[in-house]
Amino acid sequence: MVSNPRPYIFIMAILLALFGFYNYVIYNTDGYVAVEKLSPVAVKGQQLFQSNRCWSCHQLYGLGGYLGPDLTNVYSTEGKGPNYIKAFLNSGVKSMPQFHFTEEEKDALVEYLKQVDETGIYPNYDAEIEATGWVKIKYRNEE
Amino acid sequence: MKNKVPLYFLLFALTALFLGMLFGLTASFQYLLPDFLKETVPFSKLRPFHVTSETSWIVLAATGSIYFFIASVEKFELFSRKLQSLHFILFLLTGVAIYFSFAFDYTEGREYFAFKPILMIPILLGWVLFGINYFKTLYTNMKGWPVYFWMWGTGIAFMCYHLMEAHFWLFDFFRLNFIKDFAVQWKSTGSFTGSWNMLVYGISIYLMSKIKKDTDVATNKMAFFFYFLGLTNLMFGWAHHTYLLPTQPWIRYVAYAISMTEWIVLASIIYNWKRSVLKVEKENHPMAYRFLLATDFWIFINIILALLFSIPAINFFTHGTHITVAHSMGTTIGINTTILFSALFFIAQHLRPKLKMDTRWVMRGFVAFNISLFIFFVSLIIAGAKRSYWMYVSKEGSFAEMQDSIVPYYISFFIFGIGIFVSLLIVATPIFKAFLQKIKT
Repeated sequence: MVSNPRPYIFIMAILLALFGFYNYVIYNTDGYVAVEKLSPVAVKGQQLFQSNRCWSCHQLYGLGGYLGPDLTNVYSTEGKGPNYIKAFLNSGVKSMPQFHFTEEEKDALVEYLKQVDETGIYPNYDAEIEATGWVKIKYRNEE
Repeated sequence: MKNKVPLYFLLFALTALFLGMLFGLTASFQYLLPDFLKETVPFSKLRPFHVTSETSWIVLAATGSIYFFIASVEKFELFSRKLQSLHFILFLLTGVAIYFSFAFDYTEGREYFAFKPILMIPILLGWVLFGINYFKTLYTNMKGWPVYFWMWGTGIAFMCYHLMEAHFWLFDFFRLNFIKDFAVQWKSTGSFTGSWNMLVYGISIYLMSKIKKDTDVATNKMAFFFYFLGLTNLMFGWAHHTYLLPTQPWIRYVAYAISMTEWIVLASIIYNWKRSVLKVEKENHPMAYRFLLATDFWIFINIILALLFSIPAINFFTHGTHITVAHSMGTTIGINTTILFSALFFIAQHLRPKLKMDTRWVMRGFVAFNISLFIFFVSLIIAGAKRSYWMYVSKEGSFAEMQDSIVPYYISFFIFGIGIFVSLLIVATPIFKAFLQKIKT
């Protein structure tokens, strides 16, 4: 049994206060680069991305599944883009099944990936690795 | 034993564990044969089944163990047995509903919580019921809590908060701002893991103090120091998951600084290694003791990996590769599962003290489990290193070509995944028997 728990209660109170403040700031902080809010069409695309569990296989900013490639910049990568995305949605490939999206749904998914693309770069090949172990990432507005 | 609900939780947890492994094995087979079942049960359908089942295993086994320790080992009068039963029924029914949600493609949620978001309401309610029962019971029975009671209380409270936070995306305030939304999503997921770690690590300290018959392990100042260090990491250390997301740099600075405090944990493990092994009293709980020894090993391996990729310069190359998967598998199987199996053996031995747990088959299963997990873990590290090489060094060939080049490691991952499944099934057999016999009597 702990004889005097008061110091621990005090530490807990301080941590909780810091946590509350930290959360408030995080929730009210936008990304580093100012971008447009998701449009209604992009939100529809995001819903499709979720309900079809695209994240099971694909990643955005390196977060998601590992069976398929990262899609952060698939919209703007040379040789890829909207038609490339739609071609994969139409026919499937290897372990990716064929999805039966309507044309409107495919447009929504493409719009979502376009707006994701505008937020940043991944993989961030031009990032600078510093001696402190820090990585200074390159942002979209620095291109 | 009048109160059998903790055993129901534990049997439910074991069922989720083995079902989850079956889903995982079937899904991982698609890495080897991409066309296999892809039109009927594609990988994207199986993965939520696997992930939800395995997180349920951890959470349900921790919950059942805590209920058991409080009511049957500490012999505290539970505040309300009815609330406990209601908690179990809620989780059971919600579990079934989640499986239906996945089977019929009602999957509007996100990674780790792919089910229909409305199903989070009964889950949250279950946690609130658990919290009421837990805090009310301890408040009336005990003053001056050992550290594991703090950890369990913290785990329950933060679980409620982070499960809600994981659904903030339902509000446009978050959803329409992609970067903020994505950051909060991964904040909540990281802290959700931190919350269940509070429950599970609390169980490991509880077991150590009971096996050693030494309460000092859970009441000394060092134990509280590490508790608060863990809590600080739970609250502020999540952002190493998002180093490459264009959030405000200060968020990442804070995460880097907080993550580095875990070097203190590593130093402590190395310093205390020999002492903790020698002092443990193992005769009464041979398998619980052995699983805790395995935990020590897996903590050591995983904390080194976690510390390395919490350094942004290393994270830059490991992020988005199978090295992250190796870490999550290493921690959920190597650390969480070994601690929970230690708890299950402790409970089984408590229920049936004369039953021999460390039979030859169980020992073989234990050794096979650790060897399989080690090779499984190393396969993922190598696959991740090859993917990273493709991404940042060679930059040649398509994604499909890169995937083909790591098929040998996927084969190894799959075979030793079967090894983990079979060995754990062998190890779990006497636990199943002990629990089922107790329920029948």
